[in-house]
Amino acid sequence: MKILHDFLESVKPNFEKGGKLEKWHPAFEAFETLAFVPATTTKNGVHIKDAMDMKRTMITVVLALVPCLLFGMWNVGHQHYLAFGMEADLLDKFMFGFWKVLPLVAVSYAVGLGVEFIFSVVAGHPVSEGYLVTGLLIPLTLPVTVPLWMVALGAVFCTLLGKEIFGGTGFNFMNPALLARAFMFFAFPAFMSGEVWTDLSPEEGHTVLDAYSGATNLVPFDTDISLMQSASDMFIGFEQGSIGETSVIACLIGAAILVITGVGSLRVMLSVFGGGFLMGLLMNALAPEAANHAMHMPALNHLLIGGFAFGAVFMATDPVTAAHTAKGKVIYGLLIGAFTVLLRVFNPAYPEGMMLSILLFNVFAPLIDHMVVESHIKKRLKHA
Amino acid sequence: MGKSIRLKKGYDIKLLGEASKEISEIPVADIFAVKPTDYLSITPKLVVKEGDEVLAGSSLFFDKKRPEINFPSPVSGEVVEIVRGAKRKVLEIRILADKTSKYAKTPIPTKLEAQNIKDALLKGNLWSLLRQRPFSIIPSIEEQPKAIFVSTFDTAPLAPDLSFVIEQNKIAFDKGLAVLSELSSGNLEVGTEAGSSLSLSAGTQNEFSGPHPSGNVGVQIHHVSPIKAGETIWYLDAQDVIILGEFFNSGEYHAERLVPITGSEVSTPSYIKAKVGQSLTKLFSEQVSESNVRFIQGNVLSGAISHKEDFLSFYTSQLTVIPEGNKAEFLGWLLPSAKKLSLSRTYFSWLMPNKKYDVDTNTHGEERAFVMSGQYEKVLPMNIMPVQLLKAIIAGDIEKMEALGIYEIAEEDLALCEFVCTSKIEVQKIVREGLDLMRTEG
Repeated sequence: MKILHDFLESVKPNFEKGGKLEKWHPAFEAFETLAFVPATTTKNGVHIKDAMDMKRTMITVVLALVPCLLFGMWNVGHQHYLAFGMEADLLDKFMFGFWKVLPLVAVSYAVGLGVEFIFSVVAGHPVSEGYLVTGLLIPLTLPVTVPLWMVALGAVFCTLLGKEIFGGTGFNFMNPALLARAFMFFAFPAFMSGEVWTDLSPEEGHTVLDAYSGATNLVPFDTDISLMQSASDMFIGFEQGSIGETSVIACLIGAAILVITGVGSLRVMLSVFGGGFLMGLLMNALAPEAANHAMHMPALNHLLIGGFAFGAVFMATDPVTAAHTAKGKVIYGLLIGAFTVLLRVFNPAYPEGMMLSILLFNVFAPLIDHMVVESHIKKRLKHA
Repeated sequence: MGKSIRLKKGYDIKLLGEASKEISEIPVADIFAVKPTDYLSITPKLVVKEGDEVLAGSSLFFDKKRPEINFPSPVSGEVVEIVRGAKRKVLEIRILADKTSKYAKTPIPTKLEAQNIKDALLKGNLWSLLRQRPFSIIPSIEEQPKAIFVSTFDTAPLAPDLSFVIEQNKIAFDKGLAVLSELSSGNLEVGTEAGSSLSLSAGTQNEFSGPHPSGNVGVQIHHVSPIKAGETIWYLDAQDVIILGEFFNSGEYHAERLVPITGSEVSTPSYIKAKVGQSLTKLFSEQVSESNVRFIQGNVLSGAISHKEDFLSFYTSQLTVIPEGNKAEFLGWLLPSAKKLSLSRTYFSWLMPNKKYDVDTNTHGEERAFVMSGQYEKVLPMNIMPVQLLKAIIAGDIEKMEALGIYEIAEEDLALCEFVCTSKIEVQKIVREGLDLMRTEG
């Protein structure tokens, strides 16, 4: 690695102040710090520092997303062959999904990072590592059939309007990946809902089965909950939906990685699940006689369908856009969970409430924090 | 018996290079230096000039704003050089020491009362042993503190074992506590480690258990007698209590401390009997063979950067030498590793909780905006919202700073927050800016 290091050191002066390529310093620095943890030392204050940095944090989240990604790839193939009624083994299914999902991921990273680099060079601030996570979150929240140009548009939207205009990672107040998804959902509804969840690219000699329905579990839920898949199928993830969100197990593995490493907030995750479950119970208690009303949906099932688990584990916990105080996190999580269930049950036009619910409470998170801080101050005064 | 307090939050940083409990006397160098910059927020005005003869305990300079407060010479001898920096700022007063020190004698009153004690401390030029919260500065003379605090244990990385130090100087320590008890009108609060066998001659004993920073006096004050606006609390290091006790026993200033020299770069980490102002050059040369190292007066969390030709500072009770981390590491942020120290569990070192580390001064990443939340709160055992307080400081919002508890903290209390910070934010620097702002504007 000495060769690489020496090369970087030799070209470095060009990017320093006064160098030929001074303007491109953020881009150079991004590559340099990606390859090497820089040789900077502490100057004042503490002399030693924890080995954790922002890159390590972000790569840990990416690692936590890998189970969802792998399962999602497999499930894309699984759903595809299911729709055609074809036999296929595990590897076939996985490889089918792999080649479908990989371009989405690649486009998301290439476009998003490109925008980020350009913005950093223009604005002269360092390229932040936040997009390492965002770039993977975006494709995982999309249907596999989404066109690549739309992913690119979403990535541009999320980087520019979701983050950079506010000052970059750390200053944005809404989850950039969800913002991208919301943008695409409202801008191109035809590509983001309805029969888009399974890749139906033609298979020679096969036709789509008559019994195939392109609807996710969130649709029968609104008309007749008895048509839904079993809870165990939903838990494992044998269902249609966005690429990364179907398997609750994969999400829970990710959650375990985040919580054990200390990167993700268990407080937020538990309170989102808690809020959803409690609201589900409340709905059950208030449900009308008619047995097929959405209010009858078992509370636990609310946590298994759609993007609930994925949102709770990977989206609501975004440390920048969630509430920052300990008590605030609990309130924030409970509200997200409860509101998601409320949306699902009472708004038939919009069954997947998780995304909007998180975005909504992203906006309220500073207010929640403010109230927690004020009550802390009041208590301090009383104590004094 | 006072309170018994269990603290759960905090973190013990385990480093290589702990001092063995052996005391070596190091050869006393001829040249001593007193550094006015050791004392926060004073404007030194010299009493001596080059060529003057001084006694141990006689005044070298005073605070221009508070001329009653004088600062002592640790040894007797001749002032040989006054080292100045930019704008003629006095950096060092160098003294060529006598072979055996001659001491200035201060008459000690037979009956100890608060006023007598104050007079003796001022006359003996030892007022600077006292420090006050808020701001951790030398207190003013007129003020009556709510209480005086002494912590008898230090939980910082590789910190001196103060019970060992006190044991060696028990008589002086007891005398010191007795004097402080009078000075505080009976409100002397002494923090001890839970299970400590230390017997106190005076004061209320408060027991603390838990990881660092439970030994910090700021944390102890917070749990025993929190500071409100307008109140002050005085505090001393345990070793300063010993100096104070010695002074009231003999009328002389014996500027001696038991200082452990610690850290992974030190060949035989042990205690040295050192005098304030003493040259450290020889000690560092004997104990440290590497050249790419960081010399620190104090501990790795809140100590000051020193160098090989430095002199022992007035408040220094520990020396640390660790490697500099000025080398780039290929993919250091990505690779799994069990060799790195981290409070997070993103490195596998968390599976070995008792391992001791050889940590260098690398920042392990670049400074970023606040992203992670809840990190600071894990290591601050105080009812204070650290992130919100820091943001109030950055914004210069004085009212908010006061409401969120700035009077209760000093840099060292939030040092662990700075250590764990993923965004590599210079927490202690921000805290000092906030305290300075409060002192001038508040």
